[in-house]
Amino acid sequence: MADPSVPRGGVSRRNMLLGGAVGAASLATLPLFSTPSREQDPLNCVATDVSDSDRRLIISNWPEYIDEDTKKYKSTMTRFQDEYDVKVRYVPDVNDNIEFFSKVVNQLGACEPTGRDMFVLTDWMAARMIQMGWIQKLDKANVPNLDKNLISSLQGVGWDPKREYSAPWQTGFSGIAYNKSLVGEVRTMDELLTRPDLKGRVTMLTEMRDTMGLLLLSEGADPANFNDDEWNRALDKLSRARADGQIRAFTGNEYINDLANGNIAACVAWSGDVAAAGDENLVFLPPDEGMMVWSDNMIVPNLAQHQRNAERWIDWYYEPKMAALLAAYVWYVCPVEGAREEMEKIDPSLVDNPLIFPTEEFLASTHGFMALEEYQIREYEGAFSDVTGV
Amino acid sequence: MIATARKRTGYLLILPAAVWLAIFFVVPFYSLLATSLFDPEGSVLTGYDVTWHFANYWDALSEYGTVMLRSLWYAAIATFFCLILGYLLSYAIAFKAGRWKTVMLVLVIAPFFTSFLIRTLAWKMILADDGFVVNALQAVHFLGDDGRLLATPVAVVAGLTYNFLPFMILPLYTSLEKMDPKLNEAAADLYANPFTRFWKVTWPLSLPGVVGGTLLTFIPAAGDYINAELLGSPNERMVGNVIQSLFTTQGNYALAGALSVSLMVIIVTMVLVYVRRAGTEELL
Repeated sequence: MADPSVPRGGVSRRNMLLGGAVGAASLATLPLFSTPSREQDPLNCVATDVSDSDRRLIISNWPEYIDEDTKKYKSTMTRFQDEYDVKVRYVPDVNDNIEFFSKVVNQLGACEPTGRDMFVLTDWMAARMIQMGWIQKLDKANVPNLDKNLISSLQGVGWDPKREYSAPWQTGFSGIAYNKSLVGEVRTMDELLTRPDLKGRVTMLTEMRDTMGLLLLSEGADPANFNDDEWNRALDKLSRARADGQIRAFTGNEYINDLANGNIAACVAWSGDVAAAGDENLVFLPPDEGMMVWSDNMIVPNLAQHQRNAERWIDWYYEPKMAALLAAYVWYVCPVEGAREEMEKIDPSLVDNPLIFPTEEFLASTHGFMALEEYQIREYEGAFSDVTGV
Repeated sequence: MIATARKRTGYLLILPAAVWLAIFFVVPFYSLLATSLFDPEGSVLTGYDVTWHFANYWDALSEYGTVMLRSLWYAAIATFFCLILGYLLSYAIAFKAGRWKTVMLVLVIAPFFTSFLIRTLAWKMILADDGFVVNALQAVHFLGDDGRLLATPVAVVAGLTYNFLPFMILPLYTSLEKMDPKLNEAAADLYANPFTRFWKVTWPLSLPGVVGGTLLTFIPAAGDYINAELLGSPNERMVGNVIQSLFTTQGNYALAGALSVSLMVIIVTMVLVYVRRAGTEELL
């Protein structure tokens, strides 16, 4: 030990007092670190459009959500690039709506560019961003196909009544998927959450509306209009399954690899993923109590430099032929009128597939999630996160 | 004159590091401290204000106390395994490796050439339910037929141990390597048996490495979230996962800030106590 009679260098009473005073004074600067409201006015956050001189387009979309070039097949995106001489940087970096939100909140909230010209986000998140004033209006003159060909069930949603800000990319369903080489048919959420042969081999989605929507349905509640009691019962069910070790993880898009590899045997899944995985052991089915339906929407963020090119892109994918080619690959519901007729020429076996071209009755058996206010998003997402740990 | 000039040189030498730390440690730390005192009702739409809401700390610790304890526990076990594995290996490299010394050291460092994330993802494949490790363990009935490693505490602790092992080995190796082998010979001449020689000579001389290595392993392991995220299930989540979720998913900056500051205070306290107990002020 050091000799206690020798004073240890430097620390005198005066310095201590001085240090204390500086410390206390600097605490007073803490309020300077407050964070202001992130709401913006889209009219103040407009960039000069350089689409015609700088022929590029930067898009953020979900993984496995677009057709790809093969030796014999020219993808819709390559055709778009050839047609308009626009170079597309297509980044599949949306794995979860909230995760993506936190990726861009600092830029958009401060009226700074995100470096992207288009995002593809699910209804509620698109609605939230429009409400925050982060999204630019589309120039309707540039997207005639959108108005002409958007299917009637998607026209005029509550959060964008005239589709001034958004254009659906694909619509899809959330249901159950299982690997039939490992386990028998899984028909209900209750089976998924309690069957012993699935213990520790089940994943659920981190998207609260998908997972909780299906759980609300299995509790006999309507996800479009539920009360706190029903919500609590559904959450309780999830919480019990998690504590029992029935649920292995809460995931984004990556669940499909684990399902194919056999790390999980069954899961909550999005309708197109299973088909696109091209593994005949994987089966997607609607739970007996009903499925959730949602759409992902193309939106143009503030300060996008290539809005004109983004509008060219939207218009391109609202041509029935392109929409049909895309749907034949991704197996999600095609939001474009006339694509079904085009599909006859591409792959007649898909024309009657309700997961791509659902009939009115089929759609009637699916459910949407109710619109939430900001404080409700916080409350419900918070409660859900506390159970999922994500 | 000369004395003041010398004094100035000292300050000048400190300056770059001081500026760096002021910008990248002091300012962010203040921002974090401010965040931990935000009004918990804030949201991205309304903004967040510093309202000196100290109850955030109470809320964070009462709600996530078990997760905090679990993190410290996992980190402690991982550090323990790292110490055992690391000590044996650094001892071997320092005294027994001969001309293979350099090669072995390079091999210890080699994993750093690949990203941390990729290596942890590789573990996910190694420990997969249908992987050869699980199959082998099932074949010898160490694991039941439904047994698995992924999404269990075993996988998380194994991942932590693997990822932080080099941080244990390098300081241990440095302190063992400095040791004069003649001391051991002298102890042998005085009729000390191998165990006594290790316990009275080698171990005390390696203490600076032990302390350095355990700190470098324990501190990052306690705050790690990648291993729990990729190799664990929600039942294994650590405090890092909670903080990440509160910040990014739930937008609950106040609670996330309070939890981060608490973690920092707890770890610094533990380290101070540990360093005092180990009497390392002279060792380091």
